[in-house]
Amino acid sequence: MTDVDEAITRAHHEEWARVVASLTRRFGDLDIAEDAAAEAFAVAVERWPLDGVPPNPGAWLTTTANRRAIDRIRRESKRDDKQKEAVAMHDDTPHEPLGAIEDDRLRLLFTCCHPALAPEARIALTLRMVGGLTVPEIAKAFLVQETTMGQRITRAKNKIKAAHIPYRVPEAADLPERVSGVLAVLFLVFNEGYLSSGDHENAVRSDLTLEAIRLTRLVRALLPDDGEVAGLLALMLLIEARRTARVSATGELVRLDEQDRGSWDLALIAEGHALVRERLAVVANGGPGPGRYQILAAINAVHTSVRDARDTDWSQIVALYDQMIRVDASPIVRLNRAIAVAELDGPEVALAEIDRLDLDDYHAFHATRADLLRRLGRSGESRAAYDRAIELAENAAEVALLTRRRDQLGRI
Amino acid sequence: MVQYLMSVWGSEEDLEKPFGGYESEEQMQASFAATGAFNQKLMDQGYFVFANGLDSPKTATVVDGTGDKPVYTDGPYTEAKEFIGGFWVIDVPNLDVALELAAEGSAACLGKVEVRPMHGVE
Repeated sequence: MTDVDEAITRAHHEEWARVVASLTRRFGDLDIAEDAAAEAFAVAVERWPLDGVPPNPGAWLTTTANRRAIDRIRRESKRDDKQKEAVAMHDDTPHEPLGAIEDDRLRLLFTCCHPALAPEARIALTLRMVGGLTVPEIAKAFLVQETTMGQRITRAKNKIKAAHIPYRVPEAADLPERVSGVLAVLFLVFNEGYLSSGDHENAVRSDLTLEAIRLTRLVRALLPDDGEVAGLLALMLLIEARRTARVSATGELVRLDEQDRGSWDLALIAEGHALVRERLAVVANGGPGPGRYQILAAINAVHTSVRDARDTDWSQIVALYDQMIRVDASPIVRLNRAIAVAELDGPEVALAEIDRLDLDDYHAFHATRADLLRRLGRSGESRAAYDRAIELAENAAEVALLTRRRDQLGRI
Repeated sequence: MVQYLMSVWGSEEDLEKPFGGYESEEQMQASFAATGAFNQKLMDQGYFVFANGLDSPKTATVVDGTGDKPVYTDGPYTEAKEFIGGFWVIDVPNLDVALELAAEGSAACLGKVEVRPMHGVE
């Protein structure tokens, strides 16, 4: 990659959302902003190798995109009043940077993750408008047809326009809930990449975890005092740190206790731990209690703080799950707590707890039962549970692990 | 400002029950009072354009005036099980305000509310 290519890639990562966001505010139209931003980057690809990289790539891109947008509006005979007004008001002086909460990228994010949009539309729109991924890239990552993904994004943009979804940061009273909506979108993007990372045919999907981390870093920069934002970033970093250790060379899922801890990414773990410590300090100083992401990050911090799985502090993990149950008493949280209980109090106690849960359609429930039954020497029941787990599991690497575990039963 | 139609949806079945889908006379009266208070609030805030409840779809007549002579048909336009039982037209700054009001209206009238933007008169 040449220096210019690198500069363009970096500018795309750092400036895309800013360009789209500022144009959306100026022209009141996501479509115009998206197209003009894409054109500005195309011009950069053409011009920068010849003219050199401009000293301030962001300002150059914004100015170029603005000119393109105005050209388009002038070209089109049909204009609505807002656009006419925007052209009339337009000047070339750069937009003054405002406080973090006023950042246009936050408005863009809240608009793309608006609760009036369908969840899959929020994800697609966020990746396109904020992340700068192309429609073919998003379609490929989510294994849908390009035309389907294109329509999904167009429909969402049309709804934003027709239903007048506002381009603004929500009022203080609505902010926590709307931030949690944004975080849910980012976590879905992350999980889509993470949970399918074992599927080698879809290597592109692991890019989704990196994209989710990049966008969460952006939200963190914009909302530095939000504990759940910090928690989600820490959680993603601590999971991402184990990515290469999580799938074996033969494409099989490797459980946490069997992973080669030497291959974990220590820099990501250190960053995740620092965020968790930062939040613990805030809570210790009387700040608001931790939400789900902060607790999940803390659990992952406990796991990643020992070099040997046998040294894991299970009592602390159970205590954190108890805290988690107070935030979210769902059966899935109880299932995860029971897995920790098995290490602390033995498989029998854990099995009694999970047999009370109504999770018959969830593969991890059957996989956990199978494992506990195996440890209790109840091979027949264990085999049946593995069968059910394999039937329900969707991830190829996980199916490979479950199948091997099941097939080992007979040889014991 | 944008105008939205907030429509309340119910079923024919509910309408035929003794209290029109409400659990009791008391609940029905309480809901009417809450809806009245909500309407008053909309007026005070300057958001109210119009609101009313609709009679049963059985009382509807479909008129087709696209041909030479109008054709009159007894009954509603569609055979759907769910139908609009009442509606508001509000005039508010954006969808966030409309959604917040719809939540209040839904709680008052004890029914689900659909929020739909109306074409602007720009």
